Order: sequence, then structure tokens, then C-alpha cells
Amino acid sequence: MKRAILLLATMLAPLTIASAGAQTVAITGGTLAIGDGSAPIEGGTVVIADGRILAAGRGVAVPAGAQVIDATGKWVAAGLVSAVTDLSLVDADGVSESNDAGARSAPFKAAIDVSVAINPAGVKLGNERLGGVTRALVTPNAGGSIFAGQGAVIDLGADPDAVMRARAFQFVELGEDGGRLAGGSRPAAYASLRDAFQQAQDYRRNPAAFDGRSRDALVTRGDAEALLRVLDGQVPLMVHVERASDIRTVLGLTRDYPRLKLVLVGVTEGWLVAREIAAARVPVIAAALADLPASFESLAATESNVGRMRAAGVKVALMGGGGQQGDHVIRQYAGNLVAITRVPGATGLDWGQAFAAITSGPAEALGMGADIGSLRPGRRADVVLWDGDPLELSSAPVAIWIDGRPQPMTSRQTELRDRYLTPTEGALPKAYERR
Amino acid sequence: MRLGHGARALATLAAVALPLGACATKQERPKSAAAKAPPEPYARDPYPSTYRPYPGVPTLVRNVVIFDGEGNRIDNGSVLFADGKIVAVGAAVEAPAGATVIDGQGKYLTPGVVDIHSHLGDYPSPQVQALSDGNEATAPVTADVWAEHSVWPQDPGFGRALANGGVTTLQILPGSANLMGGRSVVLKNVYARTMQAMKFPGAPYGLKMACGENPKRVYGSKNQKPSTRMGNVAVDRQTWAKAVAYKRKWDKYERDGGDMPDRDIAMDTLRGVLSGEILVQNHCYRADEMAIVLDMAKEFGYHVTAFHHAVEAYKIADLLKANGTCAAVWADWYGFKMESYDGIGENLAILEKSGACAMIHSDDENGIQRLNQEVAKVLSSARHAGIAIAPEVAWKWLSLGPAKALGIDRQTGSLRPGKMADVVLWNGDPFSVYTRPDRVWIDGALLYDAHDPKRRPVSDFELGQPGAGDVK
Repeated sequence: MKRAILLLATMLAPLTIASAGAQTVAITGGTLAIGDGSAPIEGGTVVIADGRILAAGRGVAVPAGAQVIDATGKWVAAGLVSAVTDLSLVDADGVSESNDAGARSAPFKAAIDVSVAINPAGVKLGNERLGGVTRALVTPNAGGSIFAGQGAVIDLGADPDAVMRARAFQFVELGEDGGRLAGGSRPAAYASLRDAFQQAQDYRRNPAAFDGRSRDALVTRGDAEALLRVLDGQVPLMVHVERASDIRTVLGLTRDYPRLKLVLVGVTEGWLVAREIAAARVPVIAAALADLPASFESLAATESNVGRMRAAGVKVALMGGGGQQGDHVIRQYAGNLVAITRVPGATGLDWGQAFAAITSGPAEALGMGADIGSLRPGRRADVVLWDGDPLELSSAPVAIWIDGRPQPMTSRQTELRDRYLTPTEGALPKAYERR
Repeated sequence: MRLGHGARALATLAAVALPLGACATKQERPKSAAAKAPPEPYARDPYPSTYRPYPGVPTLVRNVVIFDGEGNRIDNGSVLFADGKIVAVGAAVEAPAGATVIDGQGKYLTPGVVDIHSHLGDYPSPQVQALSDGNEATAPVTADVWAEHSVWPQDPGFGRALANGGVTTLQILPGSANLMGGRSVVLKNVYARTMQAMKFPGAPYGLKMACGENPKRVYGSKNQKPSTRMGNVAVDRQTWAKAVAYKRKWDKYERDGGDMPDRDIAMDTLRGVLSGEILVQNHCYRADEMAIVLDMAKEFGYHVTAFHHAVEAYKIADLLKANGTCAAVWADWYGFKMESYDGIGENLAILEKSGACAMIHSDDENGIQRLNQEVAKVLSSARHAGIAIAPEVAWKWLSLGPAKALGIDRQTGSLRPGKMADVVLWNGDPFSVYTRPDRVWIDGALLYDAHDPKRRPVSDFELGQPGAGDVK
């Protein structure tokens, strides 16, 4: 009985929010950060209708009947998109019971589909939403194979409907990690990749003759189906590599598999091969500030990596935070790339490029830029109202809309904070202090 | 209970003087007492610092915003340093003849950043197994190991911490696999051929301890004790009980002489803690566990200098204050393990508001490059929670606070005349994401200059490799 009531409550809540979302909203007078690479626009207006951006810019008319929100002195920005994150798959990374990011001993590899495990009610998701993150490219970790499986694009809205696109990309490891996962070397990783692709094609030619179910099958039927979607270019293949030579090798894969839609992830030494990446028109999701030779595959690490790739014409987005720091750290990463434009000899990004690298950048890497990642007309209305420059550390969101729906401005973290603003107990134990 | 270099020299002198005293009294004593051998204290500093400051020039930075590290701000101020020391700080300071004068228009000047929790050198880059030297995870108590014997002075991370983070002093700790992980070492962030030549002169040692999930996981997974939190405390208590007995024996011997007791390198360190020469730096996340550790310290007669990570310190800010124990914390790390589940961005702010000793730390080779930004995030969380903390007060979390918790605050940590000239000139407000170090001086020597590629270190490891140390 109690459970039934609870269920009813959770069903009702999103309905209320949805009806609020139907209202046309005009946010006026703020500084606009569109997220498409353009510079901030002062004194602009954003109009949200039916969950989408109707218009954004200076001189945009407020539709009759719209709810008007005055953003004077504030910033109105595209919601942040965290790329390559385990957000919504994990409650606490070190608590293995709560962690669905990887499956070391599963027989399935490319077939793994994280969308079934997305938990929109996860505490982290609520915390990170409050940090201005509105979408995420949720990515599995590779466990027992170079293939990690299929990632999903989600929204961070406070509703049960989180998965926006399931099986949005396949993730594969082809650098040091790939070598380790394949049994000990890079050549083994490539042998593994080519064999898996070959088996997928065997499966297409003659599904009945395909094994795929015996205990020692290297590729299951589900794996084969997932890989065919990659080979056909229906699903992008995200490849984690760092070293310049590894990047070149991966770019060369399209000679044998011409329909592959590659997305490079990590890419610490990308600046050394930036022209080749640009010529291949392969988008990159890079670690923003990886400036240490953390491994022998990232000896050329520099904070200028992203800036130099961008200058060479590569489309670069930033990887998400995740882990200890939370996804909201991406705005700090982007801000630092602006900071180094003032360091002699370094190459960073201008403000518009840096902001795009954490909004439209990840969306465009998956070919979803027309739907999410910016305040351009027609996009889903993921809008964050900040009390200052969204890349600056002193700023925080004061209102958030996802798909045009207003979001709660509290989280478990704000509840803990409020409980312990005064650490000593009052008339009752702390356990009795709650909203 | 700190013992700086001078104090330690005195202690050694006193120890050396003891045999003489014993000799003096010997003649008045019965003959049986005269047979006692004079005490031979063991060396307290067998791997001594050989650090020498590099030469600098008298330098005046004027027309600059100053955070002095002690909570004060001076707009359009001046700082003069010469011969490696701070000479004067104020609204107007005259430049001596021949001094380099720098106009700090639009810039900020602060003490160098002190990171109390780093693994540079013992978990260096590249992170390969061959260089993984931070955890002697073969037994839950390894108080006998010293982090300085693992430090690789060629870690590229030192240079990044200097150039991007303005870090001038840092404590290198053993990891947290063990309950008692070994001794820490405090370094000046100046590259050298040897670890000894980086050692901060006169800095006391620390003992790294750890409570919570790590020790019980590491040993529990080997089916060894401890496998539970109660096991953690049991092993700690048993070890402290032995250390108390060891101390009693050695104190008596070093006072009275006689037969030299057996030497135990691990117990030397714990004896040092019990006598207040070695500072306890205790990895601990949860509020309730910190409270237990504080009682354990009372039980055996030592003091916990600082809890590190202390993700739940905000819940017991009053208790920490009452015990005079500091918390060294991240700005906003949370949710990566069970004991960090309750992390919040206001941790440091609530500690400060409650009057507890608190500071920022990195525990991370990337975070150490941006500790000023971590504090900026805390200031933002504080302001949004209605806690007012001035930026110049917050700078204490980056320099004087950690210097105090390392026992080196008389030498560094603020821009007080006579202290080491460990100074950072920032190209803007250091609490803005858009700001980076412009110049960094250590003991008055210019060791990073954004405008001069020759004033940027490249460790041996990076020399001749692609990129050559991010100088390119």
C-alpha cells in the first residue's frame, strides 16, 4: 500500500513539471552564451516554447503571453554537456555493488547497452544538475575486452525519462588500455578489433551458421549486431587513444572500413598530428588539462593540446569530469583553456570556443548538434541561468530548465549543507533536522 | 609540539651533552653505577637536507594587490625581498639601489602555495609500476618506511605544480593502504639531482596514518587483519601500546645510559610521535572515525596534527576545534567511494566559520596545479550558502595554514619580514579561473617566469622526449 502511494507520487511529480514546461518563457536582459562558439551577447533574450528554443539573441521579441524572467546582470547559457562520463551508472565508484560502468567478467562486449542501467534518481545526477550539467554522453568502461559497449545520451532532468538516445555510440580501447585488455599488446588489440569486425560480417552473411553462443565464442550474436551498426556507420565508434602514432593508426582504419564514423577520445598527443585529424574530419573529445606525461603514450602532454588542435581545424570537445570531482568540473576545465591564452607560448581557446567545447562540442561529435548543446533555435531548451560568467569559479546556477522544464534547485548536497551549517546539535539530534 | 631545525639542533646538543652530565655525576656515585655505558642516541636526521637557495636579486614588486597569507590585503602595495628573505611589505616600500623593480599593475602577489598532501615523487608521472613507490602495502603497519626513500626527484609533476600552481613547498606522504604508512618528507619545490637537495631545511617529519576503507580493504582482501574498522583500531592500539613501552625504554637509556635497547626503526618513528617531534598526518574521511582517532590519541598521549581528506570534517567542526586538530580537505570531491558519499563543497567554509583549523590540499598531480582555484570554488560555495569569507582570509588555507600544520610556519607561509621569500606574482586575481602565475620565486630565486622560457624547468625524464616538459 505504502509502495503504491509512493509510485503515484513519483508519477504525478513529472506531470506537474511537464505542464509547467508547456508555458512559453522569455528570459530577458541577460548575457547570452549560445554555446555554438560565438562570443557572449549582452542584453539578449531567450525564448523557450514547447520544450525547445524558439529564439535567442539581441532584439528577440517576447511573444504575447510568455512568462518573462528578468536576467539583468545574469548569464543565460546553454546547459553543459558532460562527455565520456559514468554519471547515472554509478552511485559511488568504489562501491562495486553500486557500479554499473564496467563488466569485467561478462561474456558480452560490444553488445553491452548502458541505457538499461541509467538511474535518473541517482544522487550524483541531482548534484551535477545543480552544477549546470544538463546532458551527458554516458560511457561504459571496458572490462574484459577492448569493446566497452554502447553508450547513451541522457538528460539530467528530474523526471524518470532520462535516456534521450540509447546505443548512441560504441566505445573501444586501442591504446595502452586496449593492449592490456586484448591480452598484452597493441597488435593483439588490433587483431581483436579486426577479427570482431570480420565475425560481424560473417554473421550478416549467414546468421544461421554463426556460432556466437558457445562458451568460447569471441563474438556473441549481440556483439555482432552491435558491431554491424558500427561498420555501417549508423553508430559512431568512439576510440580511446592518446599517442600520436596510435591516432594515425586509428585514422587509417577507414581505409578498410570506409563507413566507420570515428570519434577520438583522450588524444593527449593530438597536437602532434592535428592536421591529419582535421583532414580526416574526425571529431575529438579530449582531456582538457592533461599536461603530464602520465604514461608512455602521453609523453607530449600539454595544456595547449586542445587549443592547437582547434587552431589546426579539428573539432574538439572536452571530456567530462566524473570520478572524484563530478561532472561540473568541465566548466573549470574550459575556463582554464581561456586562461592560458594569456600565458606566452601557450595556445588556448577564446571564450566562445571554450564554452562550445562543453556544450555543442560533445553533441556535434555524435552528430546531435541540431538537437542539443546550444541555444540556437530548434534545440531542446536546456538553459541555465547563472549569477555570473558560467566559466568563472565564483558563479553558480540560479535557475535551470531541461527540455524547457524548470528543475529543482536543491540536491542531497544542499540538504547536507543545510543540516550542518551549524555543526552542533540543537534541541534534537541532527537526524531530525530536515527540510 | 613542533620542533623546527633550530629546536632539533638544540635537542641533539642536549642529547650530546647528556653523556657529559652523566660523567660529571659518575664520580659521586657508587662504583656499580660507574660501570654503566654512556648513552648513544641514534641519529634523528640521518638523511639531512642539502638544499641551498639559488641566488636571487633584491626585488621590489610595487603597485600590486597583496594577500599576505595572514589574512590581510593591501591594495596598491609593495613587497621587497632580498637575500632570499622577505624584507618589507606595505603601502609604500622604497627600492634599494640596484633592486629589480616590477610594476604589479593588474596583478596579485601572494605567498607561495604550500600543499600539505602530495604524492609527487612517490607516485610520479609516468604512472608505471616501476615507479609506483607510494604504498608499502605488504603489512598494515609500516611505520619504518620513509617516503623520502621513494621520492624520484625527476617527477615532471614538480615543474607543473610550480609553473601552473605557484606551489613552493609540499609534503610528500606515503599512501593510505596502511594504518601507519610511514614518514612523510617536506620538500622545497626546486628540482635537484637528489632528494636531499630538495628537502625543506629543518622541517619536522610527519607520520602518515590512515583509517577507514583503505586499510581494511587492502588487508581484508588478503584475508589478513585488519578487515574491519574495529580491526583498524585494534591494530593501531596494539602498536601504540608497544610504542609507549619502546619510548619508555629508550627515554631511560638516552637519559641514564647502560645497555642499549634493541633498535626498531618503526618504533623510532612512533616514539618521535609520542615525544612530539613527528607530526601525525591522518587520512580519514568520516566524522565518527575522526572522533575515535582523537580519543585514541588521548589514550596513548599523542596529538593528531591534521586529518587529511576529512570529507565529513564539517559535521564535527566543533570537535576538531576543541582538539586543536586541523582538517586538510579538497574543495568539492565527493561520491567516489562510500566514505566520501557525504562530501559537500562547503566543507572548508563550515570549518572556517566554526573557528576550526582548516586548509586546502591536493592529493593529486593535477589538482596541485590549481589549488588557488579549488579555494575559489570553496569561496563560491560559501557565498552561495550565506557564509562570508574574505579572499585574503581564504589565502591562509593555501599557505600559512598548511605551513603551521607542517611545523614550518616560522620559516614560510606568509609575507612576513624575515621569512623565506617564497612568493607568487599572479597575472590577475588568483581566485579567478582566468589567472595563472606570472612569476614564482623560492627563497628569493626566480624559478618560474611566464615571459622567459629559460625560467621553466624540464625534468630529466622529459628532456629529449616529445614536448620536452610543456615548455614548447
